[in-house]
Amino acid sequence: MQDERQARETVVELSKVCTRFGNHVVHSNIDLQVRRSEIFALIGGSGSGKSTLLREMILLQRPDSGAIRVLGVDLADLGDADALGLRLRWGVMFQHGGLFGSLTVAENVGLPLREHTALPDPLIDEIAAWKLAMTGLKPEVGAQYPSELSGGMMKRASLARALALDPELLFLDEPTAGLDPESAGEVDQLVRRLRDLFGLTIVMITHDLDLLWQLADRVAVLADGKVQGIGSMAELSRTENPAIRVFFEGPRGRAAQQQAEDLAETTTSRENGRPPSKPK
Amino acid sequence: MKALLVTPAAITQTTPEELALSGAWTARGLGAIGTRLAALSISGRSTSMVLDSARIEALDTAGAWVLQKLLRRLRGEGGCVQVRDLRPEFARLLELVGHEVSNQAASPSPMVPSSSSRLDQLGHKAAAAVSQALALLGFIGEVAAAFAGCLRHPTRFRWLPILYNLRRAGLDALPIVGLLSFLLGVVIAYQGAGQLRQYGANIFVVDLVGLSVLREFAPLITAIIIAGRSGSAYAAQIGTMSVTEEIEALRTLGIGPLDLLVLPKILALCVALPLLTVFADVSGVFGGMIMARAQLGVGFGEFLDRFVKAVSLADYLVGIGKTPVFAIIIVVVGCFQGFRTHGGADGVGRQTTRSVVQSTFLVIVADALFSVAFSALDL
Repeated sequence: MQDERQARETVVELSKVCTRFGNHVVHSNIDLQVRRSEIFALIGGSGSGKSTLLREMILLQRPDSGAIRVLGVDLADLGDADALGLRLRWGVMFQHGGLFGSLTVAENVGLPLREHTALPDPLIDEIAAWKLAMTGLKPEVGAQYPSELSGGMMKRASLARALALDPELLFLDEPTAGLDPESAGEVDQLVRRLRDLFGLTIVMITHDLDLLWQLADRVAVLADGKVQGIGSMAELSRTENPAIRVFFEGPRGRAAQQQAEDLAETTTSRENGRPPSKPK
Repeated sequence: MKALLVTPAAITQTTPEELALSGAWTARGLGAIGTRLAALSISGRSTSMVLDSARIEALDTAGAWVLQKLLRRLRGEGGCVQVRDLRPEFARLLELVGHEVSNQAASPSPMVPSSSSRLDQLGHKAAAAVSQALALLGFIGEVAAAFAGCLRHPTRFRWLPILYNLRRAGLDALPIVGLLSFLLGVVIAYQGAGQLRQYGANIFVVDLVGLSVLREFAPLITAIIIAGRSGSAYAAQIGTMSVTEEIEALRTLGIGPLDLLVLPKILALCVALPLLTVFADVSGVFGGMIMARAQLGVGFGEFLDRFVKAVSLADYLVGIGKTPVFAIIIVVVGCFQGFRTHGGADGVGRQTTRSVVQSTFLVIVADALFSVAFSALDL
């Protein structure tokens, strides 16, 4: 009953967003809608303003003009209390983790709970340990400091922290950049599981073509300050727009497409028959 | 805002066999439910229990975790528990959490080693201090080796960084060094004035100011200012470079980090610190002169006449001679602490603090040793 209504609901909505740095126009009239429970990817070349757009969605930066609504709340003229309320409803995973170097991994994950809830400490520790396990980290990792972690572990720990307060909406900045193919594949699985289990809406920036082909429901291509196209990878691959074609031309683009098409049937059948893989 | 106003989770015992749950069982709604749960009198009963969950408005993983633990506790006491009227999406979450709760219970998290005794801590601290002293000695050796290498191939000296450091550590420090040593001269003359006036020995203020400023205060205050100003900058710069793997990058490019980062600083400060000390001498004595005229009626001409007689060239050179040693201490300690940085932003801050404390400490110790040595040599 409720699910059907929510399926149509728009979670992030950008209308006529413009951003300038001095004379340099980063965005001109960007319109985007992200629907509930979809995995939405933003792609574009370096300097195309993907990261800026993400920062504008998570209240780290303001657009020069235009409106952004996230979870039904207009981000312009937001009071402090409302902004806090909104921030508690989303999770952000930064490209380099953004973990606090002076806290252990478990403390990092427990921090939002300690800060914003009245839960007792032992319970917070248990929940933090579980979130770490959910992202595929071993229990020992909780006692380590971020500087002792590898890149892949850092991303997982950062994701665990983003999930601490059970957000409805998850922003991922380059979730697989700098990871080995195996870890990247595991992140794929993890993101998909989160969406399937909790109905999370996921907005991500990525360059990872495999991730785009296998995970993203819809993809928006940013170039020259505009959205060049929105759709599934299969739809985008059929367009003629040269700004979009660059992602499909070349050996890497073709290989990823080929692989995605080959795996399409086998993956779906296997995934459905298998219970969600359990960490440990 | 709605998100901030949640109905707190509640649990009430409607009948001996039934618990009614209501409100938002979410991380923010749970609040102090833990104490309520602990206070529930449900022990010693083996009949079946019913949890009426129809009025649970929201359930997240934290709430499901608490609920699942409650279920485990009730079942553990031999009861048969039935959850009634739970919304289907909540039931799915509860089931998922169930696996995890039993997993974590089955494999308890590894125990943190218990805190050690005082003696143990003392031993660890002593061992750390010894290993740091040895590492410092090793670092001094490496720097000396790099310096010797540069002497053999003078083209390896990097003149641009030397000039840059000369400006940063020397020229840019002139105002602060000048001001502080001026004030120091004022204070010395002012403190001495009262005593000297009692004995009518006004003119001896020149001896007091001249000897103390030239021999001790100017070199020491300059070194301490530079330790705080430049030593900390060295530690922070090299520390940040260590954290961001820039030091390793230099090594792989075949550029010696010591050649590029340490030797230019040493050479520059070995030139800059004596010059700064001369400047501090001048402004310190000038401060004393002004105070001598204001408080003791000793005019500028009179002061300078007496100054030539009271202060020998040896006194001046003793003061200046110490400063290259101070310069080496400041640079070596700052760079050493920088190279030892590991971890992240936190590590950089820690090492920077350490470099300032240690170089100030070592400068004062060295100054004390110089005093002993000079008095033994009758200088």
